[in-house]
Amino acid sequence: MSKANLSYVRTEMLGPQDPPLGQTGVIRWVRENLFSSWLNAILTLLSLWFVWSVLSHLYPWFANSIWSAGSLSECREIRNTTLGEGASAACFAVISDRWEQLLFGFYPREGYWRPVLALAVFLLSILPVLFTHLPRKLLIGSIASPIFLFWLLWGGSIWAPASVMFGFVAGFVAYRVVAAASSNLLGLLAAIAAPLLYWFLLTGLVADALNSVVPIELPKVQSKEFGGFTLSVIIGIAGIAFSLPLGILLALGRQSNLFFINKVSVAFIEVIRGVPLIVWLFTASLLLNYFLPPGTNFDLMLRVIIMVTLFSAAYIAEVVRGGLAALPKGQYEAADALGLDYWLSMRLIILPQALKISIPGIVNTFIGLFKDTTLVVFIGLLDPIGLSNAIRASTDWQGVYWELFIFIGLMFFIFCFSMGRYSLYLEKKLQREHR
Amino acid sequence: MTISVDTPKETFRLSQLLYDTRYRSLTIQVIAFILLMLSLSWLVSNTVQNLQDLGKDFNFGFLSQPAGYDINQRIIDYTSQSSHGRAAMVGILNTLLVAFLGCTVATVIGVLVGVLRLSKNWVVSRLMAVYVEGFRNVPLLLWIIMIFAIMSEAMPQPRDFREGGTASMLLGDSMAITNRGIFIPKPIWHDGSTILGAVFLLSLVGIWAFRRYAHKRQEQTGDILPVLWVSLGLFFVPTILFYFLLGRPVTLEYPELGGFNFQGGIQVRNSLIALWFALSLYTGAFIAEIVRSGILAVSKGQTEAAFALGLRPNRTMNLVILPQAMRVIIPPLISQYLNLTKNSSLAIAVGYMDVRATLGGITINQTGRELEGMLLLGLFYLTASLVISSVMNVYNNRMKLKER
Repeated sequence: MSKANLSYVRTEMLGPQDPPLGQTGVIRWVRENLFSSWLNAILTLLSLWFVWSVLSHLYPWFANSIWSAGSLSECREIRNTTLGEGASAACFAVISDRWEQLLFGFYPREGYWRPVLALAVFLLSILPVLFTHLPRKLLIGSIASPIFLFWLLWGGSIWAPASVMFGFVAGFVAYRVVAAASSNLLGLLAAIAAPLLYWFLLTGLVADALNSVVPIELPKVQSKEFGGFTLSVIIGIAGIAFSLPLGILLALGRQSNLFFINKVSVAFIEVIRGVPLIVWLFTASLLLNYFLPPGTNFDLMLRVIIMVTLFSAAYIAEVVRGGLAALPKGQYEAADALGLDYWLSMRLIILPQALKISIPGIVNTFIGLFKDTTLVVFIGLLDPIGLSNAIRASTDWQGVYWELFIFIGLMFFIFCFSMGRYSLYLEKKLQREHR
Repeated sequence: MTISVDTPKETFRLSQLLYDTRYRSLTIQVIAFILLMLSLSWLVSNTVQNLQDLGKDFNFGFLSQPAGYDINQRIIDYTSQSSHGRAAMVGILNTLLVAFLGCTVATVIGVLVGVLRLSKNWVVSRLMAVYVEGFRNVPLLLWIIMIFAIMSEAMPQPRDFREGGTASMLLGDSMAITNRGIFIPKPIWHDGSTILGAVFLLSLVGIWAFRRYAHKRQEQTGDILPVLWVSLGLFFVPTILFYFLLGRPVTLEYPELGGFNFQGGIQVRNSLIALWFALSLYTGAFIAEIVRSGILAVSKGQTEAAFALGLRPNRTMNLVILPQAMRVIIPPLISQYLNLTKNSSLAIAVGYMDVRATLGGITINQTGRELEGMLLLGLFYLTASLVISSVMNVYNNRMKLKER
């Protein structure tokens, strides 16, 4: 007997076998994810039951929904003839009947293209700000875009907003010229004085002159004709645009070593943040006239935008302060060591880093601000919720609740959710860059 | 060689106010102060002028005048003959009531959802994500109106609760959900109920003392006392014992259907329910995110280290994870409470009589005292938020990581 045949060990390899059925594919996934323990199994069943009970109620309601009818009673008639008495069916006809009102309020019908175009212009102009890999030269377009936005929305001559914007250019030029000729500080004073002088004395003249040479005009639209999502978006975007610089200044004030400036900023921020927005809005509508010279009376929408701006500026100040505090002290000291003065060190070293850290927080503040624009309904502006009340007050659509709520909620969800996703994208990107 | 050290004479020139950094900050502050004072005095003089033109003065005497309006939801005694000050007080208590209820429920929802969202269970975590995103991205006002509409449109009318009706009462005929609100039993306090209350408070003190003792003992000797069972025992046993010993000093008055509506019991109005639930669900979604990020902020090494020490999972959670997560969770949690309190002013949407509706609403309309009313209203909210944020600062300083 040869020893070679006597082997206690298997000489040839076994072929690979499939894993047991319970350890692969769907079954394994289900076991690991849904039924890993008793508690988990109960939770899974409970959630499935919940989802099922919600869907089984809502699905027929959605599936049977009626999209074309002139009134709620007509909707019910259609439902009764096609589906039978008492069947559950949504009446989205209210949306197809009134969607223009929900989106544009009482904006003149032939001018609907204007808010839409304004939104498109705004989105285009915000792109180079949001996505840093686009060419920087596009930012010039972003800076000029407010002229077009204002002109498209309110109409009148394009030269009115353009000539107001020109004040900023005048300030910038004055700063450059005076700062080069004498000192920085005088330049700063000139930069403040020149636009103020220009606005008080020359704006109207310049606008009229330009308009008589090249008349570009659109029919005027009053502020009280704005409504619906147009109004929400305008208040939201204006609040965002104005509150960001103000908020940054407040944050710098709160971090400042100057005792007086510091205390004033803290007081402003705490007072604004301590009181609900709705109280501020009532202040704007009830009290603002007390604080201004007798006889002044200005646009309610403008007042609301001012209040919303101040309100969100206080919140943004706190977010930016967080960013400023998060920077290592070495950055401040390095800026000082380079001999930069306060504004240069802030502009070149501190703020770029601090703002980068605080962008997600700023975006979250903006989401909050946009949702809060619904509160203007209480001081008589017709935002989507106000319009839904108005629609329900008409005889045609008395008793329509859910369809309107769902439409409004969905619109807000789309806006806010996409802003939230953008903030997540930024957070991830910043994490990558910091590593 | 001698070096003559020529110290420059300290002379002060006016231009130093601008160019010398030692004086420049002072100059800037003085200028800012003057500008602020100027604009403030401009505002004040405008206000005085406007008030004069309108023939109004600035005083708070209206607070002691009879209010003359009814408040349907009140915790303290109030009639339409009571003063405006009393009405404001009722409103403040209502605000605090809904804020307290909202904060409690929002915390429970938030903690549950935050933990469940981290669960490995796919269905559960998806469901929770849908809840959080859904509530965070839709305005609170819409939720309040929607829940109010559900309560008043989709719930059965009181007459449906009659014999042969379509609706029935819940929990052994003690609770009824109707379109006029939820009716719940009302406790009636007889003689001896104060003793019962005192016993209950004492047992709470006992629980607190026992927990302290158990913690101290564990720190010193390592023995672990059965804290949970003893606490539960202390919570229930003495109170229930005294309840029967004193001959049932507390009874319940059940709501009953009489005429067109329920009689007796407590009517929790739709306005309160809509506000309470909407605030809780909305804030709960934010708290869930805070809890989730707090738990995720504790690095995985901490859990692994605790397991390596031989701690069981629940002790790991209690002794290692939670104390560290709490440090991250508590500050934003308190600012959410603050937000909830401020958001309760949205009561205006459903007619809940909070402080904005009484002091900042009907009182202002009746007396024409916009300036004084809004000032008091703002002061109330400001005080509330300053108190809460100072408490938060104290807590933060105590819990701060003590490095070096």
